[in-house]
Amino acid sequence: MEYLTFKLDGDEFAVDVLKTREIVDLRTVTKVPQSPDFMLGVINLRGSVVPVIDLRLKFGMEKVAAGQSTSIVVMDVLVGGETLIVGAMVDSVEEVLGLDDSQIEPAPRIGTRLNTEFIKGMGKQDEQFLIILDIDRVFSTDELAMVQGAAEQPAFAE
Amino acid sequence: MTMDQYAETFREETLELLSELEVGLLELEQNPEDVDVIGRVFRALHTVKGSAGMIGFDEISRFTHEVETVFELVRSGGLPVTGELVNLTLAARDIIREMLDKNLAGESADTEIAEQLVAALRGLVPTQDDFSANGVAETAELIASGDNETSFHIRFRPPANIFHRGIQPLGLLQELTRLGSCKVIAQTDAIPGLDELDPELCYLYWDIILTTEHDEDRIRDVFIFVEDDCELKILPINEDLLAQSGEGGRLGDILVQHGDLSRDDLERVLQAQNKPKLGEALVQAGVVTGAQLDVALEVQAEVKRQKQKREAVEESSSIRVRSEKLDSLVDLIGELVTVQARLSQTTAGQDDPVLNEIAEEVERLTWEMRDHILNIRMLPIGTTFSRFQRLVRDLSQELGKEAVLVTAGAETELDKTVIDRLGDPLVHLIRNSIDHGLESPEARRKAGKPEQGTIFLSASHSGANVILEVRDDGGGINRDAIRDRARSRGLLTSEMETSEAELINLIFSPGFSTVGEVSSVSGRGVGMDVVKQAIDSLRGTITVTSAAGKGTTFTIKLPLTLAIIDGLLVQVAGEKFVLPLSAVEECIELSRQDVANANNRNLIKVRGEIVPYLRLRERFSLNGTPPEIEQVVIAEAMGQRVGFAVDHVIGEHQTVIKALGQMYRNVKGLSGATILGDGTVALILDLPPLVQDAEADERILTDSIH
Repeated sequence: MEYLTFKLDGDEFAVDVLKTREIVDLRTVTKVPQSPDFMLGVINLRGSVVPVIDLRLKFGMEKVAAGQSTSIVVMDVLVGGETLIVGAMVDSVEEVLGLDDSQIEPAPRIGTRLNTEFIKGMGKQDEQFLIILDIDRVFSTDELAMVQGAAEQPAFAE
Repeated sequence: MTMDQYAETFREETLELLSELEVGLLELEQNPEDVDVIGRVFRALHTVKGSAGMIGFDEISRFTHEVETVFELVRSGGLPVTGELVNLTLAARDIIREMLDKNLAGESADTEIAEQLVAALRGLVPTQDDFSANGVAETAELIASGDNETSFHIRFRPPANIFHRGIQPLGLLQELTRLGSCKVIAQTDAIPGLDELDPELCYLYWDIILTTEHDEDRIRDVFIFVEDDCELKILPINEDLLAQSGEGGRLGDILVQHGDLSRDDLERVLQAQNKPKLGEALVQAGVVTGAQLDVALEVQAEVKRQKQKREAVEESSSIRVRSEKLDSLVDLIGELVTVQARLSQTTAGQDDPVLNEIAEEVERLTWEMRDHILNIRMLPIGTTFSRFQRLVRDLSQELGKEAVLVTAGAETELDKTVIDRLGDPLVHLIRNSIDHGLESPEARRKAGKPEQGTIFLSASHSGANVILEVRDDGGGINRDAIRDRARSRGLLTSEMETSEAELINLIFSPGFSTVGEVSSVSGRGVGMDVVKQAIDSLRGTITVTSAAGKGTTFTIKLPLTLAIIDGLLVQVAGEKFVLPLSAVEECIELSRQDVANANNRNLIKVRGEIVPYLRLRERFSLNGTPPEIEQVVIAEAMGQRVGFAVDHVIGEHQTVIKALGQMYRNVKGLSGATILGDGTVALILDLPPLVQDAEADERILTDSIH
């Protein structure tokens, strides 16, 4: 199977290349009020309004200013039986890589600093680890709604 | 086309035919002798049977055949239209509907009910001998009506001495009948009194209405041996005859054209006439004979038939398109509108006349195309009205009330999506009107009203909106009951002052239902709030007015289309938002001083009236400080005037609405997004939820103070 790899905070991630539609440069993102921080907002993708999430924030990493290589990976994501087109902002897009199933190991339960539900497995390329994401899980709206609930909490405390 | 597509087309067509059938039957209930309607019902049945047979749904085909047989009898005059017949046929329609769903799903329907119904229908049919003669004549005429036919009016007046020359007029007339379907009317007005009558002369002349595939020359051939001596007029009957007049060609004009009536006589009788029927008046005045009148009437009917035929042909010149195709067309035009806006913005800054001209041309074409495409999706709302006739009929029977539905403005056009989504709320409102609005027949009699209640359903255009009204002439809404209920539900505190209008509009609040008992009709746990939600989701508004003892009126205001709206573009903290222009009333400046004067309360004076306003910056937690002078957009939301404070008002913007999608489904106060001329995305505000939220917050705030 082939995977598209990209970098986030120094780690290398991969998604099934068949789930990806295209890679676009960062463009003006319109923030939608009352939505959690990791949901960056919406962009205009050739006339369609496409939501974009910041994968760094989604994975609890530090927010950084967008750089030259910051890109948006537009993907087909299956949420609740429905295919949505969603963009994911990443630090940089690396390459398309073929991996045999034998090169993929199950995700370790600890040590990835990530919710293991998001991880399909770990690949190895040269000496570097590759975290293969289950992108449908990452975008599952239950997950989003949960985060949204959490984000609303501080507002109440004010 | 695959089989599935055939089946889908068949399903759509059949549903249409079934609704036509239903409308027809309900009309027949009112006018049992309307031949046109009987014909329509028959044709609907006939087509359902035919296409079901073609596609292999034999069950439907067989069953429909039975019903059609009965209506064939009705059509030939062998069976009167009775209430029982209408009831049975309506039931049959429902069975066909059920069979359709079942057969499409690959199941077979419950044959027992169908058989019972067929037996009942057969029970209505008299024995064979009673009607055979009539029926046969009718079918013969039917077979004769082909497509390439024209009709002629032939006036044949043989010379009086025709018998002396060995010519038999009967033979000529018989030859004519072989050319096509023929109606012969003998004119007898030239027959003299007995004292002057010469039995060897022919005093008769004939008018013949002939519908034939042959041309005029062929008709002349029939009269070839007598043509020189006789008076022979052959006039084609066509619609030109009536082009100058409306309904089927004016009788008077036809008579004048035949030379049976002078223009002067016609004018004289017309002036003297105070009866609705010109024909009778003319005969009474002695200017035409009864037979001449018959001919003219026959010509008139023929013209009408031709007109109907032409209309049928015109109807079939339309094509059926899947609505998804239209949806994608609307999407595309939306993109084009966006790109065009960018083009205009780009060229506006450049000093290139050629480029500017092209941009303007593209703009013009884009708008024209947009209007056309949106227009394709418009359907007359009458298609949904018909199902309500049935609803009212069935419901009033069920509830023991007498009610009739009167509709107006069925031709009003609305976006297909809006019509589709309007069905359920309207059903609910009508149910509500019959169940809660109309009183029982006795109560109505006591109140001095007719026992039969009336539900008015009307649609009309008003600017870029369509207004729908559901009105009943029932008892009106009980205000005290509303007040009590609202208090017990905590929607109203006892000190709260409410205007009459505010009070009755409380019925749209969630969880509000005044009737204690739950009837099978309304009160299925679905309240008016659901209706309101449905209307809100169509970006419409609903209000109610009511007069005690006189009735209740629900008024729904809807945008013409869902795809594109006129918006007002505003800016807050660098972000752009669009407000639906239809809700906007005016824009007012708000200076820091004004705010200080109002003691920092969010209230603004608009020509003497105090209007509350929301700060979009606060509601959306946007950063930055407002400018020295803000703008307040005064809009109408939730039945009241509310202001929305923004940094700048940019201007009007044709807004192509894009959904925000699944991921933002929990976000309140936004109805979608749109793409601006510079390619960025702006959010479209949904005003009512914003106001609702603000009200809720205020309540929490005041509660915590007390």
